[in-house]
Amino acid sequence: MNIVVLVKQVFDTEAKIVIGADGRIDDSNVTMVMNPYDENATEEALLLKERLGGEVIAVAAGTPKAQETLRTALAMGADRAVLVSDPALQSVSDDYAAAQALAKAVSELKPDIILTGRVAIDYGSKIAGRVAEILGIPQVNTVTRLEVNGDKAVAAREIDGGSEVIEVTLPAVFSAQKSLNNPRYPTVAGIMKAKKKELKTLTLADLGLDATMSGKMQIVGYSLPAGRKGGRVIPGEPGQAAAELAKLLRSEAKVI
Amino acid sequence: MAKGIWVFVEQSNGNIRKVSLELLSQGRKLADEKGEELAAVIMGQNISALAGEAAKYGADKVYVADDEKLASYSTGAYTSVFAKLIRENEPNLVLLGNTAVGKDLAPRVATRVGVDAAIDCVGIEADAANYVNLTRPIYAGKALIKVVSPEARPVMATVRPNTFPVAEPVSKEAAVVNVPVAVDPADLGAILKELISQATGRPELTEANIIVSGGRGMKGPEDFVILEELADCLGASVGASRAAVDAGWREHKYQVGQTGKTVSPVLYIACGISGAIQHLAGMGSSKVIVAINKDPEANIFQVADYGIVGDLFQVVPALTAECKKLQA
Repeated sequence: MNIVVLVKQVFDTEAKIVIGADGRIDDSNVTMVMNPYDENATEEALLLKERLGGEVIAVAAGTPKAQETLRTALAMGADRAVLVSDPALQSVSDDYAAAQALAKAVSELKPDIILTGRVAIDYGSKIAGRVAEILGIPQVNTVTRLEVNGDKAVAAREIDGGSEVIEVTLPAVFSAQKSLNNPRYPTVAGIMKAKKKELKTLTLADLGLDATMSGKMQIVGYSLPAGRKGGRVIPGEPGQAAAELAKLLRSEAKVI
Repeated sequence: MAKGIWVFVEQSNGNIRKVSLELLSQGRKLADEKGEELAAVIMGQNISALAGEAAKYGADKVYVADDEKLASYSTGAYTSVFAKLIRENEPNLVLLGNTAVGKDLAPRVATRVGVDAAIDCVGIEADAANYVNLTRPIYAGKALIKVVSPEARPVMATVRPNTFPVAEPVSKEAAVVNVPVAVDPADLGAILKELISQATGRPELTEANIIVSGGRGMKGPEDFVILEELADCLGASVGASRAAVDAGWREHKYQVGQTGKTVSPVLYIACGISGAIQHLAGMGSSKVIVAINKDPEANIFQVADYGIVGDLFQVVPALTAECKKLQA
């Protein structure tokens, strides 16, 4: 079983976002981590390998710094890693270009199963469906349970107001919801081993893709949301305060 | 010649979903500004009655794909039909709700027709050079970006529920176009085995007008019942902070925040929630925020329009009683 897991390096969720002098997001002094949902995807890949054998290959697209995130995947237990890194891919707004590059890198690995997070928490990227479409294979998003039997997989996925169970013929792409599993922490031994594992860096040219490949969408401005101010604290005993709050919500805010 | 603004209309139990009405309403405004037609695309089985509803909210034309193969949503069949329709008619703009279906379908259809899709937009403005510009949150709303698609058409986007108001329905007829349904065999790689409804009787978290949310201050899973009682009186949905989800008190699908759902209700009532940055990112665009917390120093008070410093186990039931009085 060849299992590919697509991971992305993102800002830590505690990071405060600052717009720098150049009008872009300032990424200095920010702790970078693996996208949390990609941790679930990596965990599931490792569980599948433990059950079914095979190889887990972590793949990322990003700057050279994204090697750190691939090392984390290797420390968790992935066997080897591939980083697609090219200045032409730095326009982070465009998932179209990133998906083309990732799909090409993935197709050369001949996977049976491709796993990734349901969303990247930085730019809200949804890569699973794009990669699946380019590869011409099925996708199952927001997966909460995954079982593999031969060339078929059965996945439960979260939908609005419930869930559904989908059977797909492999190869297929699955995007992990948080409730899929509890990601393991890398052990010290795992971190030591990860340093010796193969981590290959490829450019778009290495993948046979046009390095001038441009995206479809462009970012034309960054801004911070209008700040909120603390309003009024309503004093009094619980019953009194609640009555006053209900009155204000009805007559002043007009929301109930 | 490419033309028109399209809205992918979702239905639930035979009614058009609220987010789709919001998009039809906003689509109507944009279509008037552009002097183009607004079309609704409705897919499913036995859904032709919805065409008239879509017209009332502004559609000039309604594409109806009514077929048993579309009875339940599936990525493959819906992509097959929708992508073909887009290729044949070349609309300028295609909008979907940022729902489970929208988030699944938009990236796949966009890739098939050779464009990108902007996900979870919170603003759409007509733009002379680029047709429209789109505003979308990044880092779960800690910052915003404006994006354009200079050349690729259609511009595709999913739009966050509660971003645009629903217009008053008008008396209007729309031209109905019945779409022949043919699914490419290559799109049949996934089979729906089971559909499990977990109807709580409460609105979907992301679409709710009012959300009552609980955090670490709830102290355990049992007392969420007091939030549910308040929610039921207000017609609200019940959310939770990451602390409450990580503690195992609520399922992850109810989590509000950067690693959960981002919501923009009219009213957000935070109970026993301290206001960690990743939670504030997920609900900071709510119109009115109420905080109930015993710690006067809690971060949540810095963003709350109204706050009560006190014991939520006393304040919340009192608020429920007030709500019932208002409705009596």
